[in-house]
Amino acid sequence: MDYAVVVALQIVSGVATLVIVSLGLAVVFGMMRVINLAHGEFLMLGGYTAILASGQGINRWLSILVLPPLVVGLIGAVVERVLIRRLYGRMVDTMLATWGLSLAFIGGVTMLFGNSVTGISAPFGSFGIGRFHVAGYDMFLVLASVVLSLIVWAVLKLTPAGLIARGTMQNAEMAAALGVSPERVYALTFAAGAALSGLAGGLIAPVSGVLPTMGTAYIAKAFITVITGGAAMLTGTLVASGLLGSVLTVFTFLTTPVFGEVALLVMAIVLLRLLPRGITGRFLRRAL
Amino acid sequence: MTLSRRDALNTVLFAAGSTLAAPAIMRHAALGADPIKVVGIHDASGGLDIYGQPMIACLDFAVDELNAAGGLLGRPIQLINYDPQSNIQLYTQFATQAATKDKAAVVHGGITSASREAIRPILRRFNTLFFYNTQYEGGVCDRNIFCTGSTPAQNVNKLVPYVQKHWGKNVYIVAADYNYGQITSKWITKYVREGGGQVLSVDFFPLDVTNFGPAISKIQAAKPDAVISALVGGAHISFYRQWAAAGLKKSIPIASTTFGGGNENILLSPEEGDGIVSAFSYFQEVDNPLNKAFLEKFHAKLGAKAPYLGGELGMRTYIGFNLWAEAVRRAKSIDRMEVIKALETGISLNTPAGKTTIDAKTHHTTLDVFVAGCTNQAFRALETFPQQPPLDTASVCDLAAHPNENKQYEVDVKI
Amino acid sequence: MVGFRTGLQIGVALMAAVLAAVLLPRYLELFTLINATVFVSMGVLALSLGLIWGFGGILCFGQTAFFGLGGYTYAVASINFGDTTWAIPLALALPTAVAAALGYLMFYGRISDVYMGVITLTTTLILFKFANSTAGDQWKIGSSPLGGFNGIPGTPPLNVPFDPGTQLAPDQIFVIAVLCLGLCYAAAKLILRTRFGRVSVAIKENELRAELLGYDVRLHKMALFAVGGFMAGLGGILFANCVFVSPTMFSLSYAGQVIIWVLVGGIGTLAGPVIGCILIQTLTTYAGTLSMIDPNLLLGALFMLAVVAVPKGLLPTATNLLAKLARRGDES
Repeated sequence: MDYAVVVALQIVSGVATLVIVSLGLAVVFGMMRVINLAHGEFLMLGGYTAILASGQGINRWLSILVLPPLVVGLIGAVVERVLIRRLYGRMVDTMLATWGLSLAFIGGVTMLFGNSVTGISAPFGSFGIGRFHVAGYDMFLVLASVVLSLIVWAVLKLTPAGLIARGTMQNAEMAAALGVSPERVYALTFAAGAALSGLAGGLIAPVSGVLPTMGTAYIAKAFITVITGGAAMLTGTLVASGLLGSVLTVFTFLTTPVFGEVALLVMAIVLLRLLPRGITGRFLRRAL
Repeated sequence: MTLSRRDALNTVLFAAGSTLAAPAIMRHAALGADPIKVVGIHDASGGLDIYGQPMIACLDFAVDELNAAGGLLGRPIQLINYDPQSNIQLYTQFATQAATKDKAAVVHGGITSASREAIRPILRRFNTLFFYNTQYEGGVCDRNIFCTGSTPAQNVNKLVPYVQKHWGKNVYIVAADYNYGQITSKWITKYVREGGGQVLSVDFFPLDVTNFGPAISKIQAAKPDAVISALVGGAHISFYRQWAAAGLKKSIPIASTTFGGGNENILLSPEEGDGIVSAFSYFQEVDNPLNKAFLEKFHAKLGAKAPYLGGELGMRTYIGFNLWAEAVRRAKSIDRMEVIKALETGISLNTPAGKTTIDAKTHHTTLDVFVAGCTNQAFRALETFPQQPPLDTASVCDLAAHPNENKQYEVDVKI
Repeated sequence: MVGFRTGLQIGVALMAAVLAAVLLPRYLELFTLINATVFVSMGVLALSLGLIWGFGGILCFGQTAFFGLGGYTYAVASINFGDTTWAIPLALALPTAVAAALGYLMFYGRISDVYMGVITLTTTLILFKFANSTAGDQWKIGSSPLGGFNGIPGTPPLNVPFDPGTQLAPDQIFVIAVLCLGLCYAAAKLILRTRFGRVSVAIKENELRAELLGYDVRLHKMALFAVGGFMAGLGGILFANCVFVSPTMFSLSYAGQVIIWVLVGGIGTLAGPVIGCILIQTLTTYAGTLSMIDPNLLLGALFMLAVVAVPKGLLPTATNLLAKLARRGDES
């Protein structure tokens, strides 16, 4: 019985992790149709920010929750200005550019900070369920994924900025005709996506640790989740994370971590075969 | 106690050196212009660089030290370092380059067993001597290679009894999913059984796994007395983090054949890493005069850039190079067969890691093994086992009797 | 009918391949030759993607799936047979069949665009994860262990047909690889001149229009995809001959690199991807010999520069430049 509860908690936290690492990519892809292959490195930069800041004696929560989105958001803004802006509408070229960006970030961080930065240990300690122990931080991640999704939803749905952003994504020319500058909207969206990725990096840093190459472990999964989700970026990502994350964790428990991942990938193929435009291409089409 | 002339000489060689630091230009002028080429192939970038960087630093250091002391046979050593970027394809390319283009006298390289098995056939085919300076799963039987690191009969065989004596009989194994982890876990199983215990389960993880949550729940359900880890690489360090975060460090202790081999103990905070026990043939914290002298020089040369020499990988690279150099001195030649024959006389050096002797039959080494615990990001020796022979490989491999053998034996462990 | 231009291109390519095969082994050092064989084998892979993406509009993120399958099938079959002769047709047939099956799944399911990219990427990742987890003793096909992360270092090199005792030397394998690349290029050019090829290009230009004109879009795409699988499988066999097979053949980084080769070389050309591939491979190897700068940083910076400076890819940019110069020459 206790074991069942533990397994259930693991499933929830697996889903939450997937949501956290995918949201930034979802915003950038969903709103701008830009496939950001440097997404994993944005996570990595967020993680480094958190850990370096905390190593300087800065408050742990400030290091995890506040600094990473700020720093990576800024980096994202610069990247957009220098690189991405030249490539709007050229989806394939942005892939090449962001692949290069990802390599450059890995190389640059390796040269600057090396690969032996001490991590931060997870706050909250652990709690017991029967004779099992579960990390409190896992539950915090679940909470964080819910809060993050709510924030994204609220910004898009309830604020004027969100309205403008959604309008621009649907029809940039019409928005421009109404006096909105699509360029500014794109720039802000990309920076916001980067900030989300940075925050995700800060959040997972205590669990995964940081290394220059850590991004590669997440990029494929995030990418597959976002695309499987389909056009409605928030709902799609949430639903896809829910399905794929559950499959991943359940199969990992039943078999091995490898077959867990294989099951996730097979599930993605099956979903896309049945729903060729992603989950929200068929269901929940009017959702965000 | 008798100290042979050779031993005394070696001791001097390791202890001195800084006094010989003449300006570089003078040295090279004195040594003439026909250098001996030595190639190093270690991952300086990519996921395995936590192991590669200390090895490269130690090889650089060893070569500089030797050049400062006059080189070999009156010739300077030219070290060529290649970075295969944690990519097996580049390993094969650089090994081919070292053998056929550089015509290296010796290649020091390879970190994972996968990379070793990728370049071993190439170097053998092109008759280029190969030193593999990493602790590994044992069993390689090939006259062209010298394996200077420790193997399961030397490290696992010490670690498991420690675990069973102090923590309990039954263990749960988590291991990296490639031949190192597969074979090492068999060895762990063998020694656990011999100690009267049980292996409750063995879980294998590909090198890119970072989420160990489900595995940790499974381990708790199995209720082992201890966990033994043979996890490898940067991603796997998450296991120790998540283990500590789940608050399990107090209830189930961890021992490892790999922890500290790179810089795992530095990457983890003290709360996460304290108390993990490893077995290697060297730790930076080993307390002896030679090691003290070595570290002083090492840090004087590299300053803040000096990598942490956790487990044995860096030090074994340093020793491997010096073993080769000593063989060249004795053979008075860099010819491959002459050097191999010289090494097969059972060359022995007093090193910062204790005395290391080549075992002629297996081309492995007899060395000191330390079981050490991690405290505040550093290791403290708990037990020392002097002069452990490579019994595992010796039980299957005899190159004196069968010099043409060329394979890796998987020592048959009854499970 | 083969037009003059196509004929000329094919002729030049085949001539270059024959010349390279005859001359290079005499002048190049052995190590350069072996590296060149690796690059050529990957050039075949690049060509396969250049064909299906540049001329069929099929954006496949997982062309490495067929590359790896070809290599693995070759390795496993030749170890089991003790002779590489029959391993080759098998190692060509399997990736072709898998490509056809995957093509059926995707094109008959009307999957396109980035969704197709994800399915193909996922396929190669599944194979990667699977191949990576076969280190245990239980993973054997016949007498050949799959080796997990290590791959199969003992992949046997090609032997003279039906004579397993006589294995080919590295320079002979180089000759074969170069000729294969030349033939693949010629085959691709010829395919594009056939009715099938023209329809494929038409589908790429406007799928709906081609369909309304009565062409079976799904069948054409599937067939072209299978041709791509065949070529990628051939590349895999060649790669297995000069390196050996390991799960990296399926990996995300290889899968991504193929796309980069095609983009850098020039999409919509056949020679471009091959040039891009060989150039980037050379650079990567060179970067590994530098100690001053991290190789990733160097490559990354170059890719970004390439996108901004030569957005169309190297070959089309160079061709345009030459054409401009020629025109200026005519005017003056």
